[in-house]
Amino acid sequence: MAKKEYAFYPGCSSQLKASASNYLVSTNSICNALDIKLTEIPDWNCCGASVGYCEGGELPRVAINARNFAQAETHLPGQDIVATCAACWLGARESKERLDASAQLMKETNEALAAAGLHYKGEVNVRHMVEVLIEDFGYEGLKQPMKKSLEGIKFAGYVGCQTNRPFGIDGESFENPMYLDKMVETFGGEALKTYDQKVTCCGGALAFSEPEKSQKQIRDIVESAYDHGAEMIVTPCPLCQANVEVYQSEINKKQGTKFNMPVVYYSQLMTVAYGGSAKDAALNGQLIRAEKLEKIAGK
Amino acid sequence: MSTANQAAVERYRNNFLKEVEANVEEGHMVKMCMQCGVCAGSCPLGPHWEHSPQKIFMMIRAGKRDEVLGSDSMFMCTSCYNCIVRCPRQLPITHIMHGLANYAHRLGIAPKGQPTREFATLFWNNLTKKGRVNELTLTLRHYFRGGLVSGIKEALAMQGVGLGLLKAKRLNPMEIFGGHGVKDLKGFHAIIAKAKEIEDRKKGFTA
Amino acid sequence: MADNKFAAYICSGCGIGDAMKVPQLEAIAKKEGKMAVVKSHPFLCNAEGVQMIKDDIANEAVTHVCIAACSRRAKTEAFQFDGVAMSRANLREGVLWVVAAGKDHDEVRQEMAADYIRMGCAEVKKMTQPAGNVKESSSKRILVVGGGMSGMTAALEIAEAGYEAVLVEKTGALGGMAAKLWKRQPFKTPYSAPQEVDAGETAARVAANPKIKLYLNSTIAETSGAPGRFVVKVAQESGAVTDETVGAIVQATGFTTYDTAKLPELGGGQPNVVDQAGLEAMAKAANGGAIKRADGKEVKSVVFVQCAGQRDDTGAHLSYCSGHCCGTSIKQATYFKDQNPDVDTVIMYQDLRVPGMGEDFYRSAQERGVIFTKGKASRVAGGDTCSVTFKDLILDDENTIAADLVVLATGQVPNAGVDLEAWNPVVTAAEGGDEAAKAQRIVMHGSSVLKLNYRQGPDMPQFKHGFADSHFICFPYETRRTGIYAAGPVRRPMDMLQATDDATGAALKAIQAVENAALGRAAHPRSGDLSFPKARLEGCTQCKRCTVECPFGAIDEDEKRFPVFNEERCRRCGTCMGACPVRVISFENYSVDTVGSQVKAIEVPEEDEEKPRILVLACENDAYPALDMAGLARLNYSAFVRVIPVRCLGSVNTIWITDALNSGYDGVMMMGCKKGDEYQCHFVKGSELAHYRMSKIGDTLKQMGLEPERVVTQEVAITDNARVVKLINDYVAELDKLGPSPMKGFG
Repeated sequence: MAKKEYAFYPGCSSQLKASASNYLVSTNSICNALDIKLTEIPDWNCCGASVGYCEGGELPRVAINARNFAQAETHLPGQDIVATCAACWLGARESKERLDASAQLMKETNEALAAAGLHYKGEVNVRHMVEVLIEDFGYEGLKQPMKKSLEGIKFAGYVGCQTNRPFGIDGESFENPMYLDKMVETFGGEALKTYDQKVTCCGGALAFSEPEKSQKQIRDIVESAYDHGAEMIVTPCPLCQANVEVYQSEINKKQGTKFNMPVVYYSQLMTVAYGGSAKDAALNGQLIRAEKLEKIAGK
Repeated sequence: MSTANQAAVERYRNNFLKEVEANVEEGHMVKMCMQCGVCAGSCPLGPHWEHSPQKIFMMIRAGKRDEVLGSDSMFMCTSCYNCIVRCPRQLPITHIMHGLANYAHRLGIAPKGQPTREFATLFWNNLTKKGRVNELTLTLRHYFRGGLVSGIKEALAMQGVGLGLLKAKRLNPMEIFGGHGVKDLKGFHAIIAKAKEIEDRKKGFTA
Repeated sequence: MADNKFAAYICSGCGIGDAMKVPQLEAIAKKEGKMAVVKSHPFLCNAEGVQMIKDDIANEAVTHVCIAACSRRAKTEAFQFDGVAMSRANLREGVLWVVAAGKDHDEVRQEMAADYIRMGCAEVKKMTQPAGNVKESSSKRILVVGGGMSGMTAALEIAEAGYEAVLVEKTGALGGMAAKLWKRQPFKTPYSAPQEVDAGETAARVAANPKIKLYLNSTIAETSGAPGRFVVKVAQESGAVTDETVGAIVQATGFTTYDTAKLPELGGGQPNVVDQAGLEAMAKAANGGAIKRADGKEVKSVVFVQCAGQRDDTGAHLSYCSGHCCGTSIKQATYFKDQNPDVDTVIMYQDLRVPGMGEDFYRSAQERGVIFTKGKASRVAGGDTCSVTFKDLILDDENTIAADLVVLATGQVPNAGVDLEAWNPVVTAAEGGDEAAKAQRIVMHGSSVLKLNYRQGPDMPQFKHGFADSHFICFPYETRRTGIYAAGPVRRPMDMLQATDDATGAALKAIQAVENAALGRAAHPRSGDLSFPKARLEGCTQCKRCTVECPFGAIDEDEKRFPVFNEERCRRCGTCMGACPVRVISFENYSVDTVGSQVKAIEVPEEDEEKPRILVLACENDAYPALDMAGLARLNYSAFVRVIPVRCLGSVNTIWITDALNSGYDGVMMMGCKKGDEYQCHFVKGSELAHYRMSKIGDTLKQMGLEPERVVTQEVAITDNARVVKLINDYVAELDKLGPSPMKGFG
C-alpha cells in the first residue's frame, strides 16, 4: 500500500510535554505501523477551542483557524488536514464549514489574513484521525499490522462529546456511536455492550471553572464504567482523557470513592496491539497506570 | 393602564430579538425555536441553569434584554453539542449560547466574577499571547485569579494532580518561561487584531 | 323451483386428516346432517377439489353446500359457487389449530369437529341463496347539499366520474366560506406562502358543467325514499318546489364561525378585535396593500389569540380544537409580514397544531419574523390600543402586550341540522299531545338541512359536539343514513385542503351507493350482500323495537304501525332480527333458524362425562377474525367451546341463548366490538344494543334456575387474538367452578 500523507494538526495539548503528549507519542507509533506520513502544518496555531467564545468572538476564531488552513493549503497542497484533538477538529471543521457556506465570512476572513500576508482559497478538507483510520483503512485494514491480541481486557468505549457531536463519524448515531467498540473488538479486546455514559459530557473546560459541576459528570462516567465491569476506559479526546483520568483522585478525596480506572487513548491500545512497547504507547504517561495493557505490551 | 404596565406593554416587542439577530453569532436562528424543550432536557448542566436555552429564546422574543444578557446560564455551556444534535429545528443552540455570552461579555453586562466567564477570558488571552495555549501558565493564572492566598490554597489542593502530570511528562515546568508558540507571532496578532476590528465595527462596539 | 339437494365436502388437507377421523365425520354428515352427497378430498381448495364440487352442482343438481375445511374467511375465492347456498364448518382454524396437539386430546378434538359438521349441515339446510333485487329504474344521480368548497368539489368529482349531480345552495352564490377568504393556506410545495383560493374559478367550472344541475337560493323542503330512489323537494326562492330524484346524497353544509359575542372576556364585540373571518374581510379590502382597521388606521402591530372559545374545559365554549385555526393565523400573519416586514405579529398559542405540511408553513412564518408566544390569553381589551393580558407558559409569568389589532382564532360550528337526541323527546311529547312540543317540533324541523321524512328524524344522527355522523374510527365517510354522506367541516373541523379531500371521498362513496342500490346489494361493510330482511307481518305485534333500534333508520312504519323495510337503506346487520321479540324478521341466508339450528345441532354430553359445552357467539367483523388469528398463531383454547359467527352482536336474538341453556350448554359467551364513545362496532350501535339486551337477561336466567355467570358479554378488538384465548379459557375455568348446568338432560 502506498504511503498515505496528511497535513497534521496536533493542537496545543498534544505537543510534547503537554497534557496529551501520550496521545501524540502513540499516534506517531500507529502511523509508523500503518505507513502514514504526518507532516505538521508549518507554524500552526491554536484553534481557539470552544471556550474561546467568550472573549474571542466569531470572526477572530474563524480567522485563526483559517490561518492554519492557509498554511496547509500553501505548504502541504492536496493533503487532508488531520487533527487528533477533538476540539481542534471541531474548531477547524466548524470554521471550514462556515467559510464554505458564507462568501461574506470568507471575504472578511481573508481581509484579516491579509494582515499577515496570507490568503485562504477554501480548498482544505478537515478530518479527525479516527475518520482517517475508519474511512481510509477500515476495520479490516487496521487489523493488518496487528501482532498481539488485547484479549482479556474489558474496555468502556467513552466517546464523549466533540468527536461525536455535532459532526461525528459518518454513519454513527449521536446517541450510541459504535466505532470505539468496534475498534476495541478489532484488536481482540472486549467492549462493554452497555455503557450508559458513553456520550456524556466530561464537563470540558468547566473542569477548571466549575469543578463541582464537572466532577459530578466525571464521577458518573467512571462509575458507570465500573458498574458495567470495565477494566479500562478508552477515549478519542484529549480533554475527556485528561478530565476523566486526572480528577479521579480529587473525587476520591472529596467523596470517599476508590476510583482507579485507567483512561487510555485508542492510539495507545492500537500501539500495543501492533506490538509496540509500553514506551511506544506512552503508557508511562498515565496517571493511573494501565497495567493490563502494559502487561500485554511487555509480553 | 398604569405606567409600569404601559412600560411592560412597550417592552414586550421583538426589538431585542432584532438586536440579537444583528449582533449575536447565529442570532438569526432564535426566531426558529418551536419551544419543545428538548434542549433543556439534553443539557448536562441542566440542574445548574436558571434559564434553559428554551427559556432564553422565549425571553429574547419577549424582549427581556436585561434578564437575558445578565444571565449566567449561557456560561454553563460545556460545549457538548448535545442540544444541537437533538434540536428538531436544527437550531445551533451551542453557538447561540456562546454568541449571547460573548455579546453580554463584550457589553460588560455579563455577571461579574462568573468563573467560566473569567476562565474563558484567561484562556483566550493565553492562547493569543503566543498563538498556542500554555497549559502551565493557564492553570497557574486560573488558580491565582482570586489573589495570592486563595491561589496557593487551590494550587496546593491540586498539587497532587500537577505532580502526577509532571512525572508523566505531561506538564512542562519550563513553560513558565515562554514555552510553545507560533513563530510568526506578529502576523498572528495582526490577523486577530484585524478580525476583531471588523467584527467590532459590524457589531457596533466601535464608533 | 327445483328441489333442494344438500351436499357436504370435507377437506382432509392441512393436517386435518391426520388429526381427525375424516370417515367418521363423513358418516355424521350423511346420517345426522342428512346430506345427500358427502365427499372428502385431500386438498379441497385446489382446482381438482373445487371442480369436484362444481361438477356435483352442474351434474347432480346440488343446491346447498357445506364446506368443512378452513375458516369461512379463508379460500373465499376458491369456494365461491354462484347461486348456491353455502355454509362453512371451520375444522382448521376452529379445531385443528386451536385444540392442543397429541393423543390425549384426540377425543375432544374429534367431538369438536363432529359438532362443527353437524352445525354446518344444520345451517345450510335453513339457508336460501338470495337472488338479489335488481332495480332497473334506480337513480344514479347524486344530490350535493351546500355550494362551498366541499360541495363544489363533490359535485365536480361526481360529474367528472360521469355521474349527474344536483347541487343545492342556500345563498345566491357558490363559494361559501372559501369565497370570503383573501388567500388560503398553502397546499403545494414549498408550502411557504399563502395561495390563491380560486373559489370563483371553481364556481365557474361548476356552473359551466353540463352534468351539474345547479339550484341557488334554494333549500330542501323534504327528502324521502332510499338509496337509488330518493325524492328531494327543492324549494326555490320563487316559491317553486321541484322534485329531484337522486340515488345518493352528499351533505356538505359546512360550518358557521363561533359567535365572538360569546367571548366578552376576549374582547368580543369591542373595537379592533375581530375574528379570523373579520381579518379576511380586512385583507380583501386591502387587496394586497396595508391592512387597515375600521377607523382607517394602518395596522402596525397585531396579536392573534389562538383557541379563542375553543378547547375550553369550563363547558362555556367549544370543547374541541377546530384544526385549521393555527394554520389560518399563520397565514394571516404572513398577510402583514409580506406587505410590511416591520409589522409586529405575535401568534399567542398554547399548542401549535399544524397538520399535514403546515409545519413547513409554520417555519416559513418564523423565518418572516412572526413571533410565536406560548401563552394563554386571559383578557383582551379592544380600543384604539388593544391589550392582551396573558400568562407566558414558558416563562411562567403574567404579561400584557399591546397591539393595534387583535384577531381571535375562533372555532368551527357545524351546520348539521337537527340534533336527533333533542328531536326524539320533543316528537314523543308532541305525539302525546303536548302543544308546546308541537310548536317546538315545527321550529326544529325548520332548522333541518335534509328534512328527511324518516321515522328516525329529519337529519342524520350527530356523532360528537354537533358534527354530522361519521364512523370516525373505521369508515370516516360512512354515516348511519345509508346513501347519505357527510363531507367537509360539517363532519369534523377541518381546513380547506382536508375539506376538498373529504368531498372527493364522499363523492366516491355516493357513487358506490348508487351502484349498489341499482344492483340490490348492501353498502359497506357487508358490501355485495344480496340478502335483505323480510318480516312475517302476520306475526308482528307492532312493538316498534325494530324501527327504533335499527342503527341506520332503514325501517319506517306504515299507518298501522307495521314496519316498512327500506331495503336500500339496510346494511344487513340483523339488529332488527336480534330485536324482534316474536322472531318474525329474517334474512334468506341468516335467520333465527340458521343460527338456532346450529345451537341445537350439537351433541351435549351427559353431566357425568365432565365435558362442558360453551356457546360462543362471535361477531364476524372483529371477534371471529381474532379467533381465526389465534388459530393461525397456534394458541390453544378449550375444546369445549362451539363458536358461531354472527353478523353483529346486535343480531343476536335472545332465543338463541335460552335455547342453548335449555339444551344443556353450561355457558354462553358473546364477543362483540368495542362500544361507547370510542366504539369499533361496524354497525355503530349493534354491540351496545347487545350489551343492553343481555343486561336484561338476568330474569330469564333466574326463571330457569341458572346463575347469571352462565351468560357473559365481552368486547373484543380484531387484534385481540391472544386475549380471546384467555377470555375463553378463563370462562371455561369459571364455569368449571360453577359446576355443570342443571339443565343437562332435559334438552
